Amino acid sequence: MEALVAIAIGAMSASGIYLVLRLRTFPVVIGMTMMSYAINLFLVATGRLAINKPPILQNHGAPDFSAYTDPLPQALTLTAIVISFGMTAVVVLLSLGAYIEGGDDYIDMPESDRREDGNAE
Amino acid sequence: MSPALIAALPFLGALLPGLLIRSGRNVAAISCGTMTLLALIGLCLHIPAVMDGQVITSSFTWLPRIGLDASFRIDGLSLLFGILILGIGLLIILYARYYLSKGDPVGQFYTYLMLFQGAMMGIVLSDNVLFLLVFWELTSLSSFLLIGYWKHLPEGRQGARMALTVTGMGGLAMIAGMMILGNIAGSYNIGDILQAKEAIQASPLYVPALLLILLGAFTKSAQFPFHFWLPQAMAAPTPVSAYLHSATMVKAGLFLMARLWPVLSGTPEWFYIVATTGLFTMLLGAVIALFKDDLKAILAFSTVSQLGMVTMLLGLGTEAGVIAAVFHIINHATFKAALFMTAGIVDHEAGTRSMKLLGGLRKLMPITFIIGTIAALSMAGVFPLNGFISKEMMLDDAIHTSWAGHPQLFGIIAAIAATFSVAYSLRFISGTFLGPVRDDYPHHPHDPGLGLLFSPGLLVVLVVLIGLMPMTMAGWLVTASANAVTGAATEPDLALWHGVNAPLLISGAALVIGALMVAFHRPLQRIWDALPRPEAKTIFDAVIRRAVRWAQAVNDGLHDGRLARGAGMMAATIVLAGTFAWITGRAGPETRAMLPISPVAAIGFVLLIVATACMVVFHRNRLLALVLIGIVGLIVSCAFVYLSAPDLALTQISVEVVTVMLMLLALNFLPKVTWVETGGLRRGADALIATMVGLAFGGLAYAIMRRDFAFDTISQYHIANSYKQGGGDNIVNVTLVDFRGYDTFGEITVLGIAALVIYAMTETLLIGKSARKLANWRHDQKRAGDRHPLMLVVATRLILPISLTVGLFIFMRGHNQPGGGFVAGLIVAISLLMQYMASGFAWAQERQRVPFHAMIGAGVIVAAATGMGAWFFGVPFLTSAYGYFKLPFLEEFELATAMAFDLGVFLCVVGAVMLALNSLSRIARRTGESTNRPATNQAPPAVPKEAH
Repeated sequence: MEALVAIAIGAMSASGIYLVLRLRTFPVVIGMTMMSYAINLFLVATGRLAINKPPILQNHGAPDFSAYTDPLPQALTLTAIVISFGMTAVVVLLSLGAYIEGGDDYIDMPESDRREDGNAE
Repeated sequence: MSPALIAALPFLGALLPGLLIRSGRNVAAISCGTMTLLALIGLCLHIPAVMDGQVITSSFTWLPRIGLDASFRIDGLSLLFGILILGIGLLIILYARYYLSKGDPVGQFYTYLMLFQGAMMGIVLSDNVLFLLVFWELTSLSSFLLIGYWKHLPEGRQGARMALTVTGMGGLAMIAGMMILGNIAGSYNIGDILQAKEAIQASPLYVPALLLILLGAFTKSAQFPFHFWLPQAMAAPTPVSAYLHSATMVKAGLFLMARLWPVLSGTPEWFYIVATTGLFTMLLGAVIALFKDDLKAILAFSTVSQLGMVTMLLGLGTEAGVIAAVFHIINHATFKAALFMTAGIVDHEAGTRSMKLLGGLRKLMPITFIIGTIAALSMAGVFPLNGFISKEMMLDDAIHTSWAGHPQLFGIIAAIAATFSVAYSLRFISGTFLGPVRDDYPHHPHDPGLGLLFSPGLLVVLVVLIGLMPMTMAGWLVTASANAVTGAATEPDLALWHGVNAPLLISGAALVIGALMVAFHRPLQRIWDALPRPEAKTIFDAVIRRAVRWAQAVNDGLHDGRLARGAGMMAATIVLAGTFAWITGRAGPETRAMLPISPVAAIGFVLLIVATACMVVFHRNRLLALVLIGIVGLIVSCAFVYLSAPDLALTQISVEVVTVMLMLLALNFLPKVTWVETGGLRRGADALIATMVGLAFGGLAYAIMRRDFAFDTISQYHIANSYKQGGGDNIVNVTLVDFRGYDTFGEITVLGIAALVIYAMTETLLIGKSARKLANWRHDQKRAGDRHPLMLVVATRLILPISLTVGLFIFMRGHNQPGGGFVAGLIVAISLLMQYMASGFAWAQERQRVPFHAMIGAGVIVAAATGMGAWFFGVPFLTSAYGYFKLPFLEEFELATAMAFDLGVFLCVVGAVMLALNSLSRIARRTGESTNRPATNQAPPAVPKEAH
């Protein structure tokens, strides 16, 4: 199981990076979403894998630590998921605004805008 | 007064000009002067104790783990420098009040000056070398501001930059040197370091430490080959030059050498490096000074020379050398500050500092003439002024020093340097004041008012008095500081007359030859001009230019402004760094057995991999890419369920829904296809980077999952206390709203801000050029015939109450079962979004009573108020309380304050998600999207509606 999860993380992050390196905004947004999946899964995996051990207390006596998976990475990942939604939303709006204002959906500025003219001196 | 307060007063004073400058420059000057005077009085109160040989210390713990404490000490050396810094600072404040013109921003000047003064006081009062370094860097920064004060002058900006570069780099070297020193001594406390002479000098790291520290001291004190920044810094206003180059900045290097003298000196390395550098600098500065025409340039190079002299004296490593050095520090501060101020007065009144345009001012400015002449004669070392005494002591030390087996060489060079200093001092007088009165001065020179004359006048009185009564005037201070430097009881014998001896004869000869050199200055100048000599500024500029070009090349190579280049480089760097860490570090053996793979998991895995691969292959079809993203997200959610993370699964799947909706709305406008624009090579390189990342990331994940935790986790605390302290069974939810509530509070705030950013961007898109573009938008795809199908409308309206109930249920159970504010907020947002989709924007908007911004704000406020409620019970922010209740017909349920916090989370999430998607709908409407009802509260689109 660990190998499968690791391969899934690797595959998703590789496709995410490949898409982030594209020239247009939409693939980059998609790529960042793929990266978020990979990273969220990785964060959960740092708590080590456990099956059928959800972090919901079964009784209120002395806790049996082996009965529950690590809850802390899950709590951190939960907020990460929501925040990555916020980030995706901002980036989508940015790319939409750039397309409407600028007329194309290239991720980079045109060469002429990017080069600063001359030296500071 | 506490030493800490003495050091703090100038910094406090730095705040005053900003507040008071509107009341006029007098008020600003008086406020700074008062603070300086207070600090000076506070320092002088310690004189009796210091004279008794005590060391006054006070210490505050700052960062004890790295040995950095805010420790202060006042001993003889601190006292000497403190009096110079504050005393001359006071005179400079007065002088600058009258010197700066109406157009200069005086408030800024005083702020910079006080900052600088505070930094200098920090250096001399520090009892911890790391603490001292903080102030050392502060002097570099504040002197940068002072030297570049006249921002409109290019020379000012260049001079400031050069000073910062040179002294800043020296400071960096010194940090390393101090770390070595502290490591050898086992403490960064100066008191402890001074006790560790044997350990330090025996250490193999003694020479590196010495070199690094001297690099810092030499750059600061403008010793060869770092002397070139000081003359460039003369572009500063004269009060700055007078302060920085007489009593403070350049003396910091001398101070440091004196401070560490007990542990660093006495070795051949120390003697040959320090004494030789000092001697050579002394000669070089004196020679160059003779051939300058600018008054301030003469003074600048003479400062270089005089600093070289003190450095040389400290380098001798003898008690007599130290006494002469500290005495000359006092003398140099008095006459050099007076000379700079004289040069400033001449510049101010005659309109020029160039000797080619000056001369004959003796009759026009008699008082300035007297002040300038006395100070310059002291610089020349003429009987009976204070410069004479310390120069005699220097010559006496020099002629008794044997250098590398040559018994006379040292003394001869010192004598030549002394001759040149006589020459440039006399030339300063004759070129400015003597000679015939001219009629072509840029201004009409006359003596200035008392405001400008007072400070140099007082200093010249001191010059004479110290010369006539050295023991009475300065003996105590020299004794105290020499004792502090050498760590032994010294008995300085300062006297004007020692009888006819070798130094006196040399002085006499120097005076005669120096006068002759002034008389024959013209031919000498011609010879000098004919000699080839390297121009330090040109070399420095060339080096800087090359460094900038090189850095630019590297920078452009790594990051040329393209996102792909930067992101690719970053990814590759991270992978390489991680690989390096993996290879050089060591991971323990794999201790965890692998979990078995169930058939369901295998199917999910295959689906995920296929979808991911398809994503790469088919991403150019953007709608298909969205479908694939949906598949991947769904399987990741399923993976969370399978891997015992039900809360995550719920969150992921609902986030998935809103994300896809959002992207669909955006795709409404964006092109539907990504064309092939990159060649095979580029795609291959990208694929290589992506593969590297995938392998590294996956490998790391695998390595982590196969090993147990290296340390005990803190998770057990959460499991053990989730019910006991948080009152909930769902540990993840309790962690979010209770244990780590503060994090969550920050996160919902960020989410809210993101939504507001989206709203603001939408607002700007709806006005101006882009609004006109939107109004004339032509969609590239056919619109659906029936945009609001009846079935969908009815179904969503029927579902709404049910889905809201589900949201409430998820929210209520969140504390004990999977669910909670985040998930509930997303579910409610989705059910509302379905109304927007089915019935149209206008219809839904009409029924939307609470603005989404308000929901975000309310959410954050509710969460904050819940947290603050804890204060009323005397417990920290966000401490929760809970209880169980039973209502008729319902199960027992729980109410916890954490639930109110979760309500804040809920509101914030609903508001943020809705605001983001709502903004996109507003853009869509502006393009003439019609609705199934006439718009009521929105401005009608400017173009005719399309028929549907």
